[in-house]
This record gives sequence, structure tokens and C-alpha cells, in this order.
Amino acid sequence: MGEKILMKGNEALAEAAIRAGCRHFFGYPITPQTELAAYMSRHLPKLGGTYLQAESEIAAINMVYGASSAGVRVMTSSSSPGVSLKGEGISYMIGADLPGLIVNVNRGGPGLGGIQPSQSDYWMATRATGHGDGHVFVLAPSTVQEMADLARKAFDLGDRYRMPAMILADGLLGQMMEPVELPEPLDPAALPPKPWATTGTQGTREHNIINSLSLVAQILEDSVIKRYERYVLIKDVEQMAQLEYVEDAELVVVAYGAAARIARSAITAAREEGIKVGMIRPITLWPFPTKAIKNACATARAFLSVELNTGQMVDDVRLAVDGSVPVSFFGHTGGIVPTPAEVLVAIRKACAGETFHLLPYHSTLKAGE
Amino acid sequence: MATKTAATATQRNKAEKNPILFERTPALTTAITNYCPGCLHGITQRLVAENLEKLGITGTTVGVSPVGCSVIAYEFYACDMVQAAHGRAPAVATGLKRAHPENTVFTYQGDGDLASIGMAETIHAATRGENITVIFINNAIYGMTGGQMAPTSLPGQVTQTSPYGRDVKTAGYPIRVCELLSSLDGVAFLQRVTVDTPSNVRKAAKAIRKGFEYQRDGLGFSLIEVVSTCPTNWGMTPYAALEWLRENMLPYYPLGVYKDCKAGE
Repeated sequence: MGEKILMKGNEALAEAAIRAGCRHFFGYPITPQTELAAYMSRHLPKLGGTYLQAESEIAAINMVYGASSAGVRVMTSSSSPGVSLKGEGISYMIGADLPGLIVNVNRGGPGLGGIQPSQSDYWMATRATGHGDGHVFVLAPSTVQEMADLARKAFDLGDRYRMPAMILADGLLGQMMEPVELPEPLDPAALPPKPWATTGTQGTREHNIINSLSLVAQILEDSVIKRYERYVLIKDVEQMAQLEYVEDAELVVVAYGAAARIARSAITAAREEGIKVGMIRPITLWPFPTKAIKNACATARAFLSVELNTGQMVDDVRLAVDGSVPVSFFGHTGGIVPTPAEVLVAIRKACAGETFHLLPYHSTLKAGE
Repeated sequence: MATKTAATATQRNKAEKNPILFERTPALTTAITNYCPGCLHGITQRLVAENLEKLGITGTTVGVSPVGCSVIAYEFYACDMVQAAHGRAPAVATGLKRAHPENTVFTYQGDGDLASIGMAETIHAATRGENITVIFINNAIYGMTGGQMAPTSLPGQVTQTSPYGRDVKTAGYPIRVCELLSSLDGVAFLQRVTVDTPSNVRKAAKAIRKGFEYQRDGLGFSLIEVVSTCPTNWGMTPYAALEWLRENMLPYYPLGVYKDCKAGE
């Protein structure tokens, strides 16, 4: 190992999932996650696993629900409109405390939208992947290496906390090629046992039940609160973010995924101009890296959220900053990605004390207008 | 294990010259069912359980309960159980079976679940030849939600949402599931039965057993449709409901084997 190979993001994620012990993939064709499913269809049968092209996104996520109930590492991948359809199944997985990986190679929306890179699903991923009062892990890679690393991480987190995990990528990360060092393969048989799984009682134990129904109100509330307590623990110990030039930063850019790659170029240019600007790149979108942002408030006079949407994560930045300093936003909505030069203009404006919510055709809009 | 215990109890009672002629099958738990008086779910549920015991597979079986009156079936069966979203039981069963092909996997679904919201899952599990067994309860009405028109409600049938009788001009025609699935190559076994009389109960038991045997032998998708009643939402006594079933349901849904991949062997 230790060898770097050139891979597409979608394929690196697929190979890393296999190396994390995943042998079951259920999906439905949709752009731009195509390479991921194709990779699985080539490799899983040779490993004695299952690649199954389901009749719908809905069926696919429910097959994930079934296989996860049976205790195996399992995944599906899709893109925005398909993930909407999976919302029902994801909610049932949350309610039944089932792990499982859902990859969303995000495209622009709403509706059928487009097929180009976008971060339009931040709200759906972090706020409401389905009905009900619950969450999934949301991990946001920004390199092909992270597409691979976070696949392993998603399975580990999901199994540890008995929760679904989502990787929120986009077409740019999915289809670009970069050198990647793949993780060591795990033997599925050597993974920690899941005594709750429905694998047959073998006549040696009481029956296991995988279920999200609680008709008795008190039992339902108890189960929702118990799950909430797990969320509180996760928010405390599982936040992940990459910090760049934050120590002395007067302006902190917050950006994830593909947007972070563009923002980094702008920050490098701004530093050359003598602007004290740094970046917090959330790797976990849920739990959101609130601690890193609160810590940065010690030096930061302002924050700037850069996203491929009309301003979604900026809500979480504001909640973390809690009114202590101004928070601005700059973005394109997907397909069209910001240029480093555009982001540099936004950085200069924010450093000059302006507070704004900037989209291409509304460049004079200020916060609150 | 459980069978052994039951046999011991039977022997003990024989010794006491008080033989047990009928007892709870160990494949059912002691939970009290939520079914209405006169409902046929209890009979069919028991036939499934008895067959698991007869085939010695209770410990290696996983059942999938639907959304509908039998949603809580996970409490009634002693095997491992998974509760599925409305209509999705065949997809959930697919995931379970693909993860552990050595296990027996069955779904237990009503007509709204299987033939309306879950029709895509049903047809595609069937055409894939998914090696699972589906128990399909057709009582021509949505029971749990209080008696709405179902995909199998008969023409002219009065329900809460067809108060003037099902008008086929606006509400379309009932779906005959066995006939519909019989054209699919992935299907191994299809039989429509009912449980209105002791003789029909015995035939239903045999059909269910056949479904599990075909799955054991890896032959593919099997579905047993059980034409049933809903005295509560039909607004009839249990006895009148059985009469209505015989006079109205069975002519529209003829009993019989609709596909048997071993026929002629």
C-alpha cells in the first residue's frame, strides 16, 4: 500500500466502500453518479456481493433498509431528485436505527434542475432527509482522496451510532480525476458483530425486531428523546473541519466541497494582497463544526460563506457565530461555479466592513434587504 | 428448540390422559393480536407460522410486516421480523434475502400495500425471480385506515371512499394480482386460496407450504393470495362476511394455481 493511483472521485468512493467491507449496492441510474454504480456492477459480483439495479430509487433505499436489517454494510448512490425519492426510506432507517451509506452526488435544482455541480441539497441533507424528527451524518469531501477516506468514515460512524450516513458530493468531485491512496481492505467477516440484526434466531435467542412504529405515545417520545441524546453526543465529539490560515484571520471564509477548492485559490490571492483571511472547511455538515467557528470568533471580525446555492449553510454559520460578528454570503447556484476572482472581490468587500448576501444578478443586495 | 418443548408438554399431558389436541404453534409469540373479531388474518397468520415449524425453519426465517392491519405482525411471529414502509415489503425482503440467501424470507401484505402503493415493488421482485415468499391478504378494502376503496374492491362495492359503490368509469377496475403476475418468467409459484371453510383452510396451508418449499429449493418468487373478509369495514357479521366472500369475491377472484414452475414434472 501507500501507492497513489489516478482515479475518478466516484470510482475512488466505490472502491473505498468495497474496502470498507461493503458488498451490497442497490441503486437506480441517475447522472452524475453513474460511474459509482457502474464500478460496483463490475466489481461486487466478483467478490460474491450484490449489485442490484432496482426498479426505482424508492425500492433501492428499501433494499438498503432490508440488507442493513440483516446486518451487512450496504450502500446506495444517487443524485438530488433521486435522493428526494429516497427520503421516505431514509426516514425509516433513522426511525429503526439502521446504518447505511447514501451517496448524493448533488446537482442543481429544484425539480429536475440540471446535471452540473451544485450544493443545492445542503438543507435537505442537514435538515430534512425525510419526514420526522431525526438526522443522518452528512460528510462533505472536497478531494478524490476524501471521497475515498470519507466512505470508510461513513460506514464506521453509521455502525457505531446505528445511523444512516450521507456523503454529499457533487458532479465536479465525482467526475474529476486525482491521485488517491486507497485504504487497506477490511474483511467483512471481521467487522464488529451486530447482535440486533435480523439474521434468524437460530432458536437460541428471542426474536429481533427492526421497526420504527410506536403506537404508544410515551414509547415514541422516549425513543425519539433517546435518539436525540445520541445526537447531542455526536455534536460534541464528531465535528470535523479543516482549518487554513485561521489563527490570525480577521475574515474567515466558510466553504465545503468544490466551493472550498475555489475559495482556497481566492484566499491565496487575498493573502498575497496582505488581507488576513482564512478558511474553515466543514468536513461534517451534520454535525456542523460549530466549535471551530466559535473558536475563530476570537480573531475574526467577519465571516463569509461561499456556496453553490443561494445561501443555505450560511444559516448554520450564523447560528454558530450567534450574532457576535457579521456573516456575509457569496455564491452561484450550481452548474455555473464561482471563479476565484469573483470570490476575491467578495473577500475584499467583507474585509472592507460590508455585510452582504451576494448572488450574480443582485450584486448590490445587502443582508436584511 | 421450541418444538422440543412443545412435544414434551404433549407427552406429559398424554401421560395425564388429557391429550392436547390444539395448541399455539411455537412460531407464534404469546402476544394478543389486534385483529377484529371474525377477521381471517388470525387463521392465515397461524398457517404461515405452522408451516415454519413443520419445515423446521422458524430459527432461520425473517418475516417482513407491511403497513396495514397486520403492521404489528412483528410482535406475533416468533422469528426475526422487520417492519417495512407502506408497499415496500418486497424491496425490504430483497435486501434481507440478498444479504443472507440461506435464510427464508417472507412478506405478509394486504391489498392496499401490495397492489396499490407497492405494485412496482411487487412486480419487480416477481420478475427478478426474487427467491422470497409473499403472503397476500386480499379483502378488497383498506382495513386499518377505516374502510376505504382498495385496488381490489369490487365493481359497485360500497366503501368509505366509494359511498355510491365503486364506479368503474371513474375509479377503474379491480386488479387480479395472480393473473397479472402469471405472465412473468421469474415467478415460480402463484396460488389463490381462501380460508372460509376447514377444507379451504387445509388447501391454503398446503399452498403456503409449497411457497416456502419452492423458496428452500431456490426456484424463485412465490405468492399465495388469500381471499379474505373484513367484517368490520364491510359492515357485516363474520358469518355474513363469509357468505359475501363466497357470493361476490370468489367469482371475481377464482381460486386455483396460476403458475407452478414444477407443473408437469
